Amino acid sequence: MQRFKLNNLKRIPLFAFFCCTLLTPAIASAMDPADKGKSIAIERKNRDQGWGDSIAEMSMILHNAQGQQSKRLMQLKTLEVKDDGDKGLTIFDQPRDVKGTAFLNFSHAMRPDEQWLYLPALKRVKRISSRNKSGPFMGSEFAYEDLSSFEIEKYTYQYLKDEVVNGQACFVVEQKPTDKYSGYTRLVAWVDQKEYRPQKIEYYDRKGALLKTLTFQKYQQYLDQYWRADLLLMQNHITKKRTELITHSLKFKTGLSEKDFNKATLKRAR
Amino acid sequence: MKKIWLDIVLNRPWFILFISVLFTFLAGYGSSQLYFRGDYKVFFEDDYPQRIEYEDMQRIFNKNENITIAIAPKEGDVFTPARLKLIQDLTEASWQTPYSSRVDSITNFQHTEADGDDLIVEDLFLEDVELTPQKIEQIRNIATTEPNLLGRLISGDGRVSIINITVNLPDDDKTEQVYEITEFVRNLTASVQQNNPDIQFFHSGIVLMNYSFAAEAQKDSQTLVPLMGLVILIMLLILLRSIGGTIATLIVIVVSIVSTMGISGWMGYFMSTATVNVPTIIMTLAVADCVHVIATMNFALRQGKSKRESILYSMQLNLMPIWITSITTAIGFMTLNFSDVPVIRDLGNLTALGVMIACILSMTMLPALLILMPIKTAKARQTNGTMEKFAQWVIRKHKPLLVVNIFIIALCSGFIVLNQVNDEATKYFAKTTEFRQAVDFLQENISGMSTVDFAMTTPVPGGINDPQFIKTLESFSSWLREQPEVDHVATLSDTFKRLNMNMHADNPDHYTIPQERELAAQYLLLYEMSLPYGLDLNNQLNIDKSSTKIVVTLKNLGSNEFIAFEYRAKQWFEKQKTSYMLTAASPSLMFAHVGQTNMQSMLKSLPLALILISGLLVFALKSLRMGLISLIPNIVPATIGFGVWGLISGEINLGLAVVAGMSLGIIVDDTVHFLSKYKHARDEEGLCAEEAVHYAFSSVGRALWITTLVLSSGFIVLAMSAFRLNSDMGLLTGMILVIALLIDFLFLPAFLIIFDNKKVATHAAI
Repeated sequence: MQRFKLNNLKRIPLFAFFCCTLLTPAIASAMDPADKGKSIAIERKNRDQGWGDSIAEMSMILHNAQGQQSKRLMQLKTLEVKDDGDKGLTIFDQPRDVKGTAFLNFSHAMRPDEQWLYLPALKRVKRISSRNKSGPFMGSEFAYEDLSSFEIEKYTYQYLKDEVVNGQACFVVEQKPTDKYSGYTRLVAWVDQKEYRPQKIEYYDRKGALLKTLTFQKYQQYLDQYWRADLLLMQNHITKKRTELITHSLKFKTGLSEKDFNKATLKRAR
Repeated sequence: MKKIWLDIVLNRPWFILFISVLFTFLAGYGSSQLYFRGDYKVFFEDDYPQRIEYEDMQRIFNKNENITIAIAPKEGDVFTPARLKLIQDLTEASWQTPYSSRVDSITNFQHTEADGDDLIVEDLFLEDVELTPQKIEQIRNIATTEPNLLGRLISGDGRVSIINITVNLPDDDKTEQVYEITEFVRNLTASVQQNNPDIQFFHSGIVLMNYSFAAEAQKDSQTLVPLMGLVILIMLLILLRSIGGTIATLIVIVVSIVSTMGISGWMGYFMSTATVNVPTIIMTLAVADCVHVIATMNFALRQGKSKRESILYSMQLNLMPIWITSITTAIGFMTLNFSDVPVIRDLGNLTALGVMIACILSMTMLPALLILMPIKTAKARQTNGTMEKFAQWVIRKHKPLLVVNIFIIALCSGFIVLNQVNDEATKYFAKTTEFRQAVDFLQENISGMSTVDFAMTTPVPGGINDPQFIKTLESFSSWLREQPEVDHVATLSDTFKRLNMNMHADNPDHYTIPQERELAAQYLLLYEMSLPYGLDLNNQLNIDKSSTKIVVTLKNLGSNEFIAFEYRAKQWFEKQKTSYMLTAASPSLMFAHVGQTNMQSMLKSLPLALILISGLLVFALKSLRMGLISLIPNIVPATIGFGVWGLISGEINLGLAVVAGMSLGIIVDDTVHFLSKYKHARDEEGLCAEEAVHYAFSSVGRALWITTLVLSSGFIVLAMSAFRLNSDMGLLTGMILVIALLIDFLFLPAFLIIFDNKKVATHAAI
C-alpha cells in the first residue's frame, strides 16, 4: 500500500510534463493534423505550377547488394496539364537492345494512370495495365508510381511533426495512397518549410514495414522558380539494392504540346 | 605435491568448498552471455565454398528463403469456388508475414495473354471476378499446364496447392525472426482451419527448417537433460546405495555443467543444435569419475576403515586412472576440431573442457563434500562371485571365444562398406516431427523441398536477351526436366516463349524463342513493366541482365545423389561449349558437400587421435607392449559398431562422422583400467596370464560394467532426441560403449592368454 502511494506521487510531475510536451505544438498550430498535412501538400503543388513543359537527359544507375552496377540512359519529356496529372514520355537510349523504346504515361488525379509502351523491334504500341503501377521501373528500385507526378488527390494526409533534414527545417507529413493498387500502405515525406520541396520520402510496404527511402540531393532552381533535384537516391532496405537517378541536363518551356504526347505518334518519338 | 593436495582436501574441506563455490559463481556468471542460434548456417564455416556461392547468389538475385503453406483438401481438388477463394484470401493475408517480400500462389500468378493488340498481364484469379464453372475450368486448365505452376504451386491432380512466401532474413543470427515468421504463418492457417475442417494445412520451407532446428534443440534441452538427470539419480542410488554419495555426485555434476557453460559464455560461444547436448554428455562423463571415487571409498568403509582413511585410500588409488581417463576422453573430443563444421568443433571443445573440470572437481570438491557429509554405507554385501565365475568361464573357454570373436569382428567389419555418407537436412528430423511429416507429405503429393539454384551467366550486359543464350537456357532447362531427380524447373526461357506466343495473338505455333535480341529485350521490358508489386523478375535476373537464375526443385534424395546431380548438370553444360558460365548453389548442396568434406577430415583425424591416445597409454601403463596390445580393444569396438550400423541403417550423417573419435576417448578408459590391473598382476605379483586375467576381472570387472551402464544409458537418452544428428550419435556411441565392454570381457582376456603367455615363461625362467 505504502509503495503504491509513493509511486502515484512520483508520477504526478511526470504526467504534467507529458501533458505539456504533447499540448505545446498542438496549441502553436491550432490546426487539425489532417488539414495541416493537406495544406502543406497544396502549397507544395501550388509552388510547382506553371512550368509548362520540360526535357531532361537522365541516367539511372542500379547497384545490387554484391556491389555490381548497371546503367540505363533515357530522355524524359514532360508536359504540365492543368487540373489533372502530367503527361510524360520516356525514351530509352540504353541498354542498347531497348534503344528507342518509348514509354508514354498520362498521370491522372482522380482515376488510374494510363500507360503505353512503344516497342521499336515490333513497331507496335502496347497498353500497360494500370493496376500494375507498383512494379519496378526498368528493374530499378523505383516503382513507376514513385516517378509519376505529384497530385493532391492521390493521397490522404496527416501532418506528423517538424524535423530538420539535410540541414533544412521540414514538415513531416504522412501520405496514405488512395489507389488500392498502390504497393504502399503509407509514405512519410519530409518537405522543407522554406521552398516546400521534398527532401526525403520513406515508403512503407503492405505489412507496414519500412521498405525504401528516397533522398533528394543537388536541388537546382529553374526559371527562377522551380526546384528540381539533380540526384535522386532510392535505397531498398530489404534487398540492400539501391538506384541513383541522375539528371544531366534539364530544359523548360521547350515548346512541347499535346501532340508530342500522343499514342498514335509514339512511333515517331525521338 | 600429491601429499599437500590430499592434506588440504582432507583437513580444510570448507576451504576447498569455498574455492569451488567461488569458482562456480565466477565461471557460471558467464552463462548470462550465452545465446542460442537455431539457424542452419551454424553448420558452415563463414568461408565454406558452397556457402559463399549461395550467399553470393542471394546478393545478386533477391534472397529466396521461404516458408510455404500447403492446402490439401481431404477430398476432391482445390478447384472449387470456396477453396480458390480461400487460397486467394490466404495469399493476400500472407503479404502481412513479417519480413516477407513476395508471395506466390496459383491465384496471384501473373498470367499473360493477348487481347487484340495488347498484352494482358494479370492475376490468374482476380479478386472481383465471378467464379462460374467455366471460369473455374479455365483456371484449372491454365494452372495445371503452366510450367511455372505445375509441380511447384499445384499438383498435377489439383489436390494440393502451395502458397510460397519469400522472406528476407538478416545474414547472421536469425532465430528470433524465424520464430516470428513461423508463429505468424501458423496463426494464419489456424485461423482458417476452423472454418475449413475439410482441408489439411502443412507448413514447409527453409524458414520452417530453421525453426525446426531451433525448436528441436530447445525441446532436447528441456526434456533430455532432466530425463538424463533422473536416470543418473536412480542409477546412483542403486549402484552406490548411499544417499550422501549420491547427493555429493549430483552437486559435482551440477557444478561441472554450470561452470562449463559459464566459461563457454565468457569465451563467446553460443548454443546451437549440436552444442545444446553438451550438458547431457558432461553429466554422463562426470558421473563416471565420481562413481569410481565413491565405489572405492565404500569398499574401504566396508573393510572397516574410517571415513577419512577410506577417502584417502580412494583418492590415492584413483588419482592416476581418473587423470589418464579424463585426458584420453578430452583428447577424443578434441579430435572433433578436425571437423569442417563449426558447431561440431564447439561440441568437442566444450565437452573436453567439461570433462577436465569434472576431473578436477572429483579430486577436490567431491572428497571435501564426502568428508563433510554423513555417509552411511549399506552393509557389505557378500560378493556372490559372479565376476569370478565369469572370469573362470572366460579363461576356460578362451580358445573358442577367440575364434568366435575373430569371426564376429571380421563379419561386422565387412558390413562397414554398407555405410554411406548422407547429409540431408530434412532427414535430420525424426518422422515424428511436424516438419518431417509435412516434407514427406509434400514429397509424395507434389514435390520435394530440396532445391538447387543454377545461375547461367554471360559476360555481356543484357546478354540474356540474346536468342543464342535463350536457346542454351532452353535446352539446359529441358535437360534438367528429363532428369529423374527433378520435380520442377522454373526458368526464364518459358517466359520468353510464352511472351513470344502472346505477341503473336496467342498462336501456339509461336511458343518459341524470340528471333532477335531486340525483340526479346523489348518483350521482356514490356512484361517487366506490367508486373505488379512484389512479383517482379528481380529474383530471376541480375541488374545488368547478364545472368539468370534457374530454380530446380528436386526430390528429397541423399547427399551423394545431390552432388552427382550437380556434377552431371555441370558436365552437360560444359559439353555445350558455350561462352556462358554456370554456377550452382543451395542449402541442400551445402549440406551435401559439408557431409563429404567433414567425413574426409574426420577420417584423417582418427590416426592422429589413435597415436596420441596410445602414446598416453604407453606412458600410463609404462609398457610399450601393453600400449600396442591396447590398440585392439580400442579400435575393434568402433569397427564392429559401424558394421552393425551398416546393417541397421547405413546412413552416416554429420553427427555420426564424429562418433569414432569421440567414442575412442571414452572406451579407452575401460582398457586402461583392465590392462593396468592385468599388468600389475603380471609384473608386481608375477602371475601368469590366466591368473592375471582373473585378478583383473575381480578387481575392476564390476566397476567397468557399472560405468559402462551409466555411460551407455547417458548416450541412449540422447538417442531419444527427435533430431537425428543427436539421436543417431547417441545410439551409435551407446552401442559402441557396450561393444567395448564385451570386447574387454570376452576378447581381450582370450587374446592375452594366448599371445601374452610366452613372456611369462621366459619371465619365470629368469
